[in-house]
Amino acid sequence: MCQVEEDYNGLECNQEKIPVPTKCMKCKEGTAVLIIRVNDAFCRSCFKEYFIHKFRAMLGKNRVIFPQEKVLLAVSGGAASCSMLSQVQEGLSREAPKKFRFVPGIIYIDDGGACGRSAEERQRSNALLKSIFTETGFTYFIVSLEQVFSLPTSVLVPGTSDPDPSNPSYKQAVDQYIKEKQTLTEENVASAVAQLSIADSAYSPERKLALERLFSSMKTLTAKEDMLQTLRSVFSKLLYSFCFYFLSFLSIQRLTESFVTNLQSDFPSTVSTIYRTSEKLHTVMPPQSQTAEPASKCLLCHCTLDTKVDKASAFHATLVSEQLSQIKLQDSSLDAPAQSAEQCCTEGQGCGPGGCCSSNRLPSHQDLKMLLCYSCRLTIKDMVSLRKAPHSWVQSLRVLHSSNSFYDVVDDMASQQFHM
Amino acid sequence: MPVQCSNCVQRRAVLKRPKTGHSLCKDCFFWAFEEEIHQTIVSAGLFNRGETVAIGASGGKDSTVLAHVMKVLNERYGYGLSLLLLSVDEGITGYRDDSLETVKRNQQQYELPLKIVSYEELYGWTMDAIVKQVGLKNNCTFCGVFRRQALDRGAMMLKVDKICTGHNADDVAETVLMNVLRGDIARLCRCTSISTASDGEGAIPRCKPLKYAYEKEIVLYAYFKKLDYFSTECIYSPNAYRGHARAFLKDLESIRPSSIIDVIHSGETLSIKEGVKMPVQGTCSRCGYISSQALCKSCVLLEGLNRGLPKLGIGKHHRLHGKILAQEPLTEQEEKKLKPVDF
Repeated sequence: MCQVEEDYNGLECNQEKIPVPTKCMKCKEGTAVLIIRVNDAFCRSCFKEYFIHKFRAMLGKNRVIFPQEKVLLAVSGGAASCSMLSQVQEGLSREAPKKFRFVPGIIYIDDGGACGRSAEERQRSNALLKSIFTETGFTYFIVSLEQVFSLPTSVLVPGTSDPDPSNPSYKQAVDQYIKEKQTLTEENVASAVAQLSIADSAYSPERKLALERLFSSMKTLTAKEDMLQTLRSVFSKLLYSFCFYFLSFLSIQRLTESFVTNLQSDFPSTVSTIYRTSEKLHTVMPPQSQTAEPASKCLLCHCTLDTKVDKASAFHATLVSEQLSQIKLQDSSLDAPAQSAEQCCTEGQGCGPGGCCSSNRLPSHQDLKMLLCYSCRLTIKDMVSLRKAPHSWVQSLRVLHSSNSFYDVVDDMASQQFHM
Repeated sequence: MPVQCSNCVQRRAVLKRPKTGHSLCKDCFFWAFEEEIHQTIVSAGLFNRGETVAIGASGGKDSTVLAHVMKVLNERYGYGLSLLLLSVDEGITGYRDDSLETVKRNQQQYELPLKIVSYEELYGWTMDAIVKQVGLKNNCTFCGVFRRQALDRGAMMLKVDKICTGHNADDVAETVLMNVLRGDIARLCRCTSISTASDGEGAIPRCKPLKYAYEKEIVLYAYFKKLDYFSTECIYSPNAYRGHARAFLKDLESIRPSSIIDVIHSGETLSIKEGVKMPVQGTCSRCGYISSQALCKSCVLLEGLNRGLPKLGIGKHHRLHGKILAQEPLTEQEEKKLKPVDF
């Protein structure tokens, strides 16, 4: 059952009873109020300093934010994001020379519509958050999740992981940036504002990735530290995440959260090890070569499609299993779209409402699957009906139907499933 | 309300496939299960015609099902392989001797030749003796390392071309999760390979034909086929770290049954960033076995046992490898760290 263990240091199970220290390990004077990691006791003020230091260290390490830049803080109302907001407030209010030099804004996404919350509950939460955000004095946006479907797709531009070789050092970049800002004229202001738009590709890919990492910087602090800090912070009212809170078995996310938290208590280096492992992995699929065509993107999450993989793979195995367990059904569903599309389109007849040429044609699960990555396929598998699929999906399918590539995709899928 | 089999529609369904959730009758399930393994073997090109393949047989459900299915598929599709059973006797009284009886019965039932190699003859140590010296905490390390080498040595003695083991989808998924939890990047990118690389010299390539078969389905198959297998846990397995990953995976499976394959898919599509330090494969200076260090793990562990310093293989002591190779005695301070712990 056991694997060979190269290094036991991080995996020693914390089973022996360690005597609880009473004095702070840092200042040696204050009374210890909490224990971090294995046996590090901190008093109130030393813990606060330690926490602030960790936060600022992560900001400094990433070197992404330039002075006077606008930084959007994604606040969910949970412990972690409220801690982050509190830290930003503190960092901006300090008189010390190392005061934060960026301009924060807040965005809160109300996902109550997806979680089945009533309109009154949503209004209450929104009002509470509004009062909290107003107190901070920062610009804030409260938007609802459903608004995403009315956004134009041009808003989302996929990033790449190519490092920009001409990127100067951070210090030089900051100096240059400040110089540019000082010589801004009115004409330049418009283009400078345009540069802040997400869709602008003048942002180097490295900076884009670093921005993503910045927002997840709170993950370096464990849940326990988060919670303790939040309890001391301005926001004493915590908004808990709305769905799936009480029972960890209702969602994979909750289950994973409780698994990691429980493991952390026995093996104190769990969270940091997982984080370090993730640092060594690519978050986006690296480009195969400079001359290769850009890979297709998933319709839902806009990540590179990972469904064109080797025959000897887990994905191939799932297709085989599906086929072998219901062989008759698979036959008819796969052939139908291709045949009916060919027939009515070549004969020059309109196929009426709901037909493949009609703009009202509803996407079927099978059609949609071809445009989705592995994980998004699992997501739509749970969907009861595609009747309320976003308009942009139907449009993408129509575009695909009309181009030759649709038939290539259908043929490809057919050969994957039948010729093994 | 009886449910009809979703494949043949004629017969009544007797089980629900854990993998896909479809209801199948017995025969359709057997056929689907065997066919999936056949597709795995063919699409990954695991074997070539005329090869001799050793099946790692412990008497447990995985290796019994593997032996049975390999025999069936070899005949049905004419792979042209000569199959034999290879078993390892770790010397665990009350556990291994019982499971070996099962393997001997399998030999009769499947009419396959059987070879048993033991830790006693290979290393001069049984697991019972090792546990007496090491204790109950790190004994799985010794067993796993020694067994891996024992399988290779047995296979070399028999002059086989390939080894196949009964690792199933649950095992592979657990390994992926474990390697993420331990931060073992090197193993993370190797553990989802269906077969090990064969590079001329060195160990005989080994593969996992059951890599995409769910453990639950293996149990169902063995049960419905009434196969003879041994189903007790090893008496020395303590709270192994793998148990945490296993419990998590089982919980994941209860929420979404495809999770097991999904984790394997993630493991297969992971890509490591450039510049991450990876170990280089070399050979052991003492025994010539594959190793990324000067001495292979097996030699280090054995040296530790023979010198009465059982913690020598546990943790990182690469600096001491040189001393061990040169047969030099260790300093008192070094010895103190490596002595067995009182338990």
